[in-house]
Amino acid sequence: MLFKLSLKNLKKSIKDYAIYFFTLILGVSIFYIFNSMETQTVFLNVTSSTREIIQMMITMLSGVSVFVSFILGFLIIYANQFLMKRRKKEFAIYMTLGMSKQKISQVLLIETLFIETISLAVGLFLGVGLSQLMSVFVANLFEADLTEFTFIFSKEAMIKTLIYFGIMYLLVMIFNTISVGRCKLIDLLQANKKTEKIKLKNPVLCVLLFLASCISLGYCYYQVTAGAMNLTVNDIGKLMLIGAISTFTLFWSLSGMLLKLFQSIKPLYYRNLNMFVLRQLASKVNTTVFSMTVISLMLFLTIGILSSALSLKNSMTANLKELAPIDFQAYKEWNLYDIPAEQQQYVYTEEEKQDSLIPIQETLAKLNIPESYFKDVVVSHYYGSNEVTYETTLGTKRDYVSQSFPAIHWDYQELLMPISEYNALAKLLGSPTYELKDDEYIVIADFDQMVTIRDEILKDKPDLTLKGNTYHSKYDHVVEGFTEMSSNHINTGIYLVPDDAVDDSMLVEEIFSANYNADTEEGKYEIETAIQEPSETAYAEGMTTLSATSKIAIYEASVGLGAMVTFIGLYLGMIFLISSAAILALKELSESSDNKDRYAILRRIGTDEAMIKKALFLQIACFFLLPLLVASIHSIFGIRFASIVLSTFGDEQLLPSIIMTALFLIAIYGGYFILTYFCSKSMIKEK
Amino acid sequence: MEPVLKIEHIEKYYGNRGSLTKAVDDISFDVEKQEFVAIMGASGSGKTTLLNCISTIDRVTSGHIYMNGKEITKLKGNALNRFRREELGFIFQDFNLLDTLTAYENIALALTIQGKKAKDIEKQVKGIAKKLNITDVLKKYPYQMSGGQKQRVASARAMITNPTLVLADEPTGALDSKSARMLLENFEYLNESFQATILMVTHDAFTASYASRVIFIKDGKIFHELKRGEDSRKEFFDKIIDVVTLLGGDLNDVI
Repeated sequence: MLFKLSLKNLKKSIKDYAIYFFTLILGVSIFYIFNSMETQTVFLNVTSSTREIIQMMITMLSGVSVFVSFILGFLIIYANQFLMKRRKKEFAIYMTLGMSKQKISQVLLIETLFIETISLAVGLFLGVGLSQLMSVFVANLFEADLTEFTFIFSKEAMIKTLIYFGIMYLLVMIFNTISVGRCKLIDLLQANKKTEKIKLKNPVLCVLLFLASCISLGYCYYQVTAGAMNLTVNDIGKLMLIGAISTFTLFWSLSGMLLKLFQSIKPLYYRNLNMFVLRQLASKVNTTVFSMTVISLMLFLTIGILSSALSLKNSMTANLKELAPIDFQAYKEWNLYDIPAEQQQYVYTEEEKQDSLIPIQETLAKLNIPESYFKDVVVSHYYGSNEVTYETTLGTKRDYVSQSFPAIHWDYQELLMPISEYNALAKLLGSPTYELKDDEYIVIADFDQMVTIRDEILKDKPDLTLKGNTYHSKYDHVVEGFTEMSSNHINTGIYLVPDDAVDDSMLVEEIFSANYNADTEEGKYEIETAIQEPSETAYAEGMTTLSATSKIAIYEASVGLGAMVTFIGLYLGMIFLISSAAILALKELSESSDNKDRYAILRRIGTDEAMIKKALFLQIACFFLLPLLVASIHSIFGIRFASIVLSTFGDEQLLPSIIMTALFLIAIYGGYFILTYFCSKSMIKEK
Repeated sequence: MEPVLKIEHIEKYYGNRGSLTKAVDDISFDVEKQEFVAIMGASGSGKTTLLNCISTIDRVTSGHIYMNGKEITKLKGNALNRFRREELGFIFQDFNLLDTLTAYENIALALTIQGKKAKDIEKQVKGIAKKLNITDVLKKYPYQMSGGQKQRVASARAMITNPTLVLADEPTGALDSKSARMLLENFEYLNESFQATILMVTHDAFTASYASRVIFIKDGKIFHELKRGEDSRKEFFDKIIDVVTLLGGDLNDVI
């Protein structure tokens, strides 16, 4: 009997449950997809170091999964409580008929079980299907070729999903039982009575507050873009707080403001159902200021996370071709005996000190890395002098520099490199070469923040004194360039000077650059593996301070890091998106009983059905668009800020990821919107 | 002269062959222009069903309803909505005002859905508000108004489109006696100065006594009809009470 009742209830309230159901299915399938990553990557043909990165990524994803399950848990309980509220009257009828609370709990239990089993099944089914698509994306991210299509099904992920969601569902059941147990018949019977009065806000206050919010948001926007370079961590926290509060006051004042605005445009306001829609919206936004703010900020996070994560990966790999053009580079500091004790970051062994006096090729030979591994060898050197320190080169703008680099050591030497050595290296790296007269110097750098500072200083073309000779700056700006391979632009500045400006006593570091002596990819991989182990043990055992990087290592690290950021970004972004859209949809539907009465009145006084549908559509569209609009404006500046601070991605890399983000938004957020519209439409239908 | 409303042998059945309920059982009557007609009957007599059929909210099972000579039982969809918003004005027992709109906007709504211009709307709303003595409450929301004020706002909304026929369903049902009297005086006033034709459903003899004609309904049929003629309202009220007594039973209980 109870079973039958539960089934009938479900059938009857299927419309109410649509949003809840949709959310559960999405949650389950996303959870499955990201937890089945291990199985998805097993089939990929990648190197061992990439495999390590993948392993790390999987560990991180499962950590994030715990966080995600908390968010989903709260969302599910919230959505469920909302449904319970809608059914208070139904419970009241059961209770007046003499059904005990335990029985009602049982009915609910059966219902919840039904919904949960179905949603889990559908969600997993969808997840398995989508993970096939995902694995193509994964292969693409790790730049591994998917040799043949394999059907992927992860038993572990399925079990994990079942356990996590099982716990969430158990919580839901407990909550339901508690809330039924606490019900009082009188409250249940009166639950449908409207007690909420329309809150009135002073329109003048609204307009003023709206303007104030706009100004303070504008201030934040200005600070994070134009003033981004001068921000400390504290400032950013403060700006975020101001931004959040301004968003709240913006929503608080928005409805009153909009109402006032449209009321003053009478032909528009008194046209068809416009005033009804506006009033509906105003009353709804009024009662949901807090959730609107939270949703808007969550959407902002979503957009920020998604687009930054996607473009970070793009830019990381895009820079590599330019920044890691050769196979191998090794660096070794020269003459460790000479480094003043206070500048030593760690105590060198005697062996290391001795090793620092022999040429880098000899060190390599000592480590059993034969010369035959390499071709196109170029050895270059950095020189340093106490006549050219940060103090002498940047000291004129001391305050300006300290703002960006408060921890700068003013007595550290700048790096000098003879022009002929640089040109030889540049030729190998594929960078442009330069000519210098006997009394000239050039500064090369590519780290944005430092370039800005050095440009400012080089504007005046300051002279440089070295061993009694004076050198003039050839250009009034920094020349873009680098000497060491890396995945990013990190060269803070190197002075190129005429060859005879330096001598061997000033030597500080030796750089060994070369390509692997192999024609095929496999051959290069072989050399890479052969070099890796001896150099690592030598370094660990304190035999040498030699450090090395290779193209392959940089690529794998970048690709792996990029992929990791992308996945975690996607995962969190999608969960945030679902949460905000679901809460919004539930908020909209929760007032459907009031709405039903209002639309019935409109029908009675003879409003066209088309006009009613349009009004409903407009009302829901505005309700969904408002937080999205605010979030989008936030995001424009947020993404700009991220790109300035990370100084990695340019606009051309941002565009595709923004398009991707927009697609996600349209699919998930738009899906919720359409679903809400159809549910509301059927709720306001005349019986 | 052609009657405003002409009802010919309408019937409304509920249920199926096994258990048939005749809510309206062969009723015919006319309403002339500028008449103020009250329909009286006990609960369950079929008076609300009759009103619903006339207002096109419900469909008749058989028979014809003509409004200004036009058959309205065959109207569908948007033509029906159009008819409702242009030819009819509604006044309900529970006012049916939109709680999110001010009095002014509630009245204006009847015009905006007809596509009237904002400038004309303002003039018309102010005009009718003055006549119904609700200028002071125009800026208020329904929850800030008394029942009588709400019902006068609802009347203003019903009247502002100059409808052919105003339908009132228990308009005094939710009002105290003083407010009810004021509203009914307003009806009289509208009836005279706007030449409005009003059809009112009620079970209250006092309310009915303001009408110029009262039709009594029992078990879905017309039981009796009274015309006020030259009587004073008091005399007319006594006559109505006489019929109610004759009708007997449950109608007395209601009063």
